[in-house]
Amino acid sequence: MSEKSPEELYAERVKRVLDVAALRVPDRVPVFGPYQLYPYTFAGVSFKDAMNDYALAREACHKFQDYFQPDLDFGPILAYPAPAMEMLDIKWFRWAGHGLGDHVMYQYIESENMTADEYDEFLYDPSHFMMSKWLPRSFPPLAGLAGWPAVRTFMWFGWTGGYVGLAAPEVQEALRNAAAAGEELGRWFDSIGQYADETKAKGNPQAYAGFDWPPFDIIGDTLRGTREILADMRRRPDKLHDALEIATKIFVEYGSGAAGAELPLCWIWMHKGTRNFMSDAQFGEFYWPYLRKGMLALIDQGIIPVVYCEADVESRLEHFADVPPGKVIYHVSTTDMVKAKSVLGGIATIAGNVPNVMLLSGTPDDVREYCKNLIDTVGKGGGFIMDAAVMLDEAKPENLKAMIDFTKEYGVYQ
Amino acid sequence: MKEQLVSAIADMREEEALQLAQQMLDAGEDPQAVLDAGKEAMTVVGDRYEDGEYFLPELIIAGDMLKAIGDMVKPMLQAQASQTEPLGKIVLGTVAGDIHDLGKDVVGFMLDISNFEVHDLGVDVPPEKFIQAIQEVNPEVVGLSGFLTLAFDQMRVTIEAIKEAGLRDSVKIMIGGAIMDDSAAQYIGADAYGPDATAAVKLAKSWTGGK
Repeated sequence: MSEKSPEELYAERVKRVLDVAALRVPDRVPVFGPYQLYPYTFAGVSFKDAMNDYALAREACHKFQDYFQPDLDFGPILAYPAPAMEMLDIKWFRWAGHGLGDHVMYQYIESENMTADEYDEFLYDPSHFMMSKWLPRSFPPLAGLAGWPAVRTFMWFGWTGGYVGLAAPEVQEALRNAAAAGEELGRWFDSIGQYADETKAKGNPQAYAGFDWPPFDIIGDTLRGTREILADMRRRPDKLHDALEIATKIFVEYGSGAAGAELPLCWIWMHKGTRNFMSDAQFGEFYWPYLRKGMLALIDQGIIPVVYCEADVESRLEHFADVPPGKVIYHVSTTDMVKAKSVLGGIATIAGNVPNVMLLSGTPDDVREYCKNLIDTVGKGGGFIMDAAVMLDEAKPENLKAMIDFTKEYGVYQ
Repeated sequence: MKEQLVSAIADMREEEALQLAQQMLDAGEDPQAVLDAGKEAMTVVGDRYEDGEYFLPELIIAGDMLKAIGDMVKPMLQAQASQTEPLGKIVLGTVAGDIHDLGKDVVGFMLDISNFEVHDLGVDVPPEKFIQAIQEVNPEVVGLSGFLTLAFDQMRVTIEAIKEAGLRDSVKIMIGGAIMDDSAAQYIGADAYGPDATAAVKLAKSWTGGK
C-alpha cells in the first residue's frame, strides 16, 4: 500500500465503493462508516471543543483517518458548529456544553413545531410556513419572522404592502440575526471543504456527497414530532399522505445535491422506519412508498442512496428489496446479516454490523472472528461493506483497528 | 355501553370512545365502571401489541384516550378509586448523559397497564438518583433505558453504584434500547435485556411472580 500514490489510492477507493454498490465484485470488502464522537475521543479532543474550534475538529479527524485508514472519510461534518447554534439558540438540540456534558454527541429534543391544525397551512405554502412559523419556533432570535409577509401575495399591487412588512423592525432584526448565523455557518462549511481537500490530497475520498432524510422523517422529526406523526397515521392519514407527497419532493430536492460527484453517495438517515416504531402495514403505507419514490428520482440522476438504518429492520427487508438492482446500499444496523443478505442479495449491497458493545468491551480476536464470519457468509461474491452496527462513539482503538485491518487483509476477493 | 366503550378504545375509535365515556358519566353510571372499561380495553391493547398487531401509534393513542377519560372521571370520583394490589414496583429511567425518552415511556406505559407501580425518574438520570429512588420506593425491578452507545458505560457505572450502595441484591435490573442486546447486558452487569416493551413486562412478571 505504501508505494501507491495518493492519486492511485484515491482512485482505487472510489472504484472499490462504486463496484460494491453496483454489485460488481470489488478487489476486496470495503470498510467504512459514519463515526460520531469517536474520532474526537481517539484524538483526545472534547466534543465541545471540536464543535467550537473548527481547526481542532479537522485536526482530530485527520488523526483518526491517518491512523485507522478506513476506505472513505467522513471528516468533521458531524461536529456541528456550536457558535452558530448558540447564535440561533436552536431549540431542538442539546449539545456538549449546552445542556449536556463536554464530551457527548448532540441530542435531539422532541417538539411539535407544526401543530395538527397547521397541516393545511403547510400544504398550501410550505416555504411560508417554514419562514413564518417553523423558523421562529426553532430559533428564538428569528422570532420576528412571525411577521414575515406572504411573498405569494406580492404580485401586482401586492408588492407595495409586502415591502412595508419586510421593513418591520422585528423582521429586520431577525434577518440580521439570521445573516450573522449564516456567516458563521459559512466559516464552518469552509472548514468542511478545506478538510475534504486535505484528505483527498492524502488519497481519501469523502464518504458523502449528500445527506437526506426519508419523507416520513422530514415531517416527523422537526415538524410534527415522533408521537404526533405516529398518531397522525391513524388520526389524520389523508393530511399526512398529502404532506408526505410534498416531503418527497423536498427529499429529492435535498438529495439531488449529490448528483455529479465522483462518489455520489447520498446518506439517508432512517429514523422512524425501523422495527418497533410502526407496523409493517403502516411502514408499507406511509413510510416506504415515499422513500422509494424519492430514491428512484435520485437514482435517475446517478446518485447512490445509502439508507442508514439506525436500528433493526428485519421486518422491512422485503420492502427494501423493491428497488432496481445494484443501485442502493442499505446499512442494516443490528439486523441479522445473513437474513438481510438472503433477502437483498443480488439486489442491494448491505453494510454492517460489528456490534458496538464488542468494539467497546471485546478483544481484537473477538472482532476478527466476528468479521471473518461476516466476510465468509454475507461477504461472499461482493455486495457487502464492513461497518460497525451503529455510529461509533466509543471503542477500544485496537478493536476498531482490528476490524479495519482484518477486513483489508482477509476480505480480498480472488 | 361499557362493552361498547371497551371496544371503541381497543379498536382506536378515539372520538367515539370519548363520547361514550361522557355519555356514561352523564347517564349517572358509576365513574369507576368507566375507568374499569378503560383498564379492560388496555388489556386488549396490550395483547394486540404483544401479538405484533399494534405498535407505537396505537399505544400513544390508547394512552391519550386513557388520560382523557381519567381527566373526565377524576372530579367525579368521591372516594379513592378501588386500588388493585400492584404486581410489583418498578423504578425506571434513561441513564445519565442520554435524554431519549420514547422507549422508556413505552415501557413505562406497558408496565403501568400491566398493573405495575411505575416510578419514572425521567431522562439523564445520574446513578445517585437511581439509588435514592431504590431506597425510597424499594422496588423489585429497576429498568435502565438508553439509546446512545454511551449508555453501555453509563449503565455499567449506574449498576456499579447500586452495588456499592449495597442495593444490588435487592433488585433485578433490566436494560433496553435500540443498540442493546444480551452481550451488552452482560458487559453492563444487568440481569436481562428486553428487546421491546412486551419483553420488559414479561421480565418484570417473571421476577415478581406475576402471571
